[in-house]
Amino acid sequence: MGSILIKGGRLVDPKNNVDAVRDIYVSDGVIADIGESIEKTADRVIDAGGLVVMPGLIDLHVHFREPGFEKKETIATGSRAGAMGGFTTVCTMPNTSPVTDNAIMIEYALSPKRDAVINVLPIGAITRGQQSEELADIGQMARAGACALSEDGKSVSDPALMKNAMRYSKMFGLPIFDHCEEISLAKGSMNAGDRASILGLKGIGDDSEEIIVSRDIILAKATGCRLHICHISTEGSIEQVRNAKMHGLPVTAEATPHHFTLCDEDITDYDSNYKMNPPLRSRKNMEAVRQALKDNTIEVIATDHAPHHVDEKNCEFEKAANGIIGLETSFALSYTELVESGLISLDEMLMKMTAKPAEILGIDKGQLSVGSAADIAIADIDHVYAIDVDKMVSKAKNTPFGGREVKGKILYTVCGGEIIVDNGKLTR
Amino acid sequence: MYGRKDLLGLRDLSSDEIMTILNTAKEMKEKIDNPSLRTNDLSKSSIVTLFYENSTRTKMSFMLAGEYQGAIVKDLGVSTSSVSKGESLIDTGMTLDQMGTNIMIIRHQLTGAAHILAGNVKASVINAGDGSNEHPTQALLDLYTIMERKGGFKGLKVVILGDISHSRVARSNAFGLTKLGAQVTLAGPSTLVSSSMQSLGVKVSTDIAGAIHDADVVMGLRIQFERQRNMPFPNLREYSSLFGVNDEILKYAKKDVLVMHPGPVNRGVELSTEVIDGKHSVISIQVKNGVAVRMAILKLLSERSKREV
Repeated sequence: MGSILIKGGRLVDPKNNVDAVRDIYVSDGVIADIGESIEKTADRVIDAGGLVVMPGLIDLHVHFREPGFEKKETIATGSRAGAMGGFTTVCTMPNTSPVTDNAIMIEYALSPKRDAVINVLPIGAITRGQQSEELADIGQMARAGACALSEDGKSVSDPALMKNAMRYSKMFGLPIFDHCEEISLAKGSMNAGDRASILGLKGIGDDSEEIIVSRDIILAKATGCRLHICHISTEGSIEQVRNAKMHGLPVTAEATPHHFTLCDEDITDYDSNYKMNPPLRSRKNMEAVRQALKDNTIEVIATDHAPHHVDEKNCEFEKAANGIIGLETSFALSYTELVESGLISLDEMLMKMTAKPAEILGIDKGQLSVGSAADIAIADIDHVYAIDVDKMVSKAKNTPFGGREVKGKILYTVCGGEIIVDNGKLTR
Repeated sequence: MYGRKDLLGLRDLSSDEIMTILNTAKEMKEKIDNPSLRTNDLSKSSIVTLFYENSTRTKMSFMLAGEYQGAIVKDLGVSTSSVSKGESLIDTGMTLDQMGTNIMIIRHQLTGAAHILAGNVKASVINAGDGSNEHPTQALLDLYTIMERKGGFKGLKVVILGDISHSRVARSNAFGLTKLGAQVTLAGPSTLVSSSMQSLGVKVSTDIAGAIHDADVVMGLRIQFERQRNMPFPNLREYSSLFGVNDEILKYAKKDVLVMHPGPVNRGVELSTEVIDGKHSVISIQVKNGVAVRMAILKLLSERSKREV
């Protein structure tokens, strides 16, 4: 592995509280030097003048579908989509087939044969087969390298089992990434409200999410387990997280770009690219998510990258699969919607996409420090363009953001000292 | 003038387009009772009915409306077709398209099914009911019946009662009636009438007698047991005594009130037998008008496709 000299970029590193023009010298996969002007020879010099140099982005919530649903995405294709979006570490949800609920499945995801180009950290299921009947092999998965536990796609329906899972996983230091949804209250295909009434679609109320957020915060208090609320989408959920944090409970939350960019009013026909779970909520809820990103009740931006095959989306809305891809649009949407709009600073945005998720995972990433792994992303934050779905490298194309004008483009992604994206192009 | 390729719902139609259909239906009605007046206007058209849900009157009404105008009418038996082998709706539609079908009439249990079919075929698509969304031809025949009896819509007070939340009939009627200037109230138990229905420009009420007060039209809807997941009311006896329409309740309405129902009726549940068979009821006239309205729609859509060729 050769050396790289990144010259003249604006370094924005929230962890180290740096926002200044600096050079970075990368050698043997780690950051070897950071300085105002580094004069060293390198195998590769990247002129970052006018560009932002930041820690490689971290996404706590993606679906790479392997094994089981390789026609939607694989670890190879999903990790490349991540790299194109500036991500160097992503956490993959366990709703594969078979479910990632044991050590062998964790090892499978971590195997070099999966051909990941960035760090792909598998999340283990909480219960065997995500069936809410018995605990998955939590300790063995932790030993094999699981980064967290989640039942994503649903909630553990039995509160006693959930409580046991939280007490047990705490022993291994694994946080729980909590998909909050009371299924008996979620029999619909979009947010309940005026728009659902106009479109004649059955609605899902805020209560389906809030009732489990409430339950699991109570259980976090009882067990002391680290609880991270996934894809938070309602004002009521946010209030509960705010309250939990005020009381010093180990609770954090993430929001997706689609939940702070779109609301149910954007659904004008039966385009299933607007169908997700949780659904696009009311404008009031969307505004609450944005305010909570600003006041830092929501500390993490995660994509919930959910690739689906065209056949699973190009069908009746109520039958269509939930979710959209997000890795290749997350940086631009976050920058455009949150920073350009004046809601938060670039430093605050990157905190939510680098240092904070690293802290939740308890890993030594999400920073540009001498001696740390050379996971670096470089962006042109002045570049204005329309999102082009055809140019995306994810296997799936399910996104409602095609054609949308955004600002901010990832030009380089370096992972472990290897240039994966070079001037906007994948190197492998 | 009706220039659209499809008829998917009343939400998107203008009042002019609705009136075009109703006025065309007027010319059609006499052809039902008098076979000598029937024409072969549609002899160059092929029509396929594609019913993913059961139906008596809608399907039969469409098939006869086509045949009274000389069209080729075929029914795709969904349960005996490739659909039962798992063929997707879009693939079924494209197959029928290749066979030269001019008009497809679809009923489907999922909202938006007619829209996705229409977006993928060259043929005209008529929505004969999609999920809990719309049933435009039922609403059009209801509108026609009201127009025939009341002369117009401006200022009419129309109350739609019962299982609103599952009713595509209520929704299509709400869209159509409000566009034509009627005042619409949707009434029923709070578990079956959501307040967010107000976004359709209608009133919502749980007080049946109050809603019926001074009504020009009372439309009952069938309790759709097949769509209920959690029982929204304790039992039928309680429902009919609190939310059903009988002669006593009907006294609150205007003297010349019309009683309507899209059928099939649960006798003694949403409407009492006396009301169903009483002097205010136009339920059987609605059935005849359904054929006239569907004849009009088929004619208008086939005229459009002729212009395209």
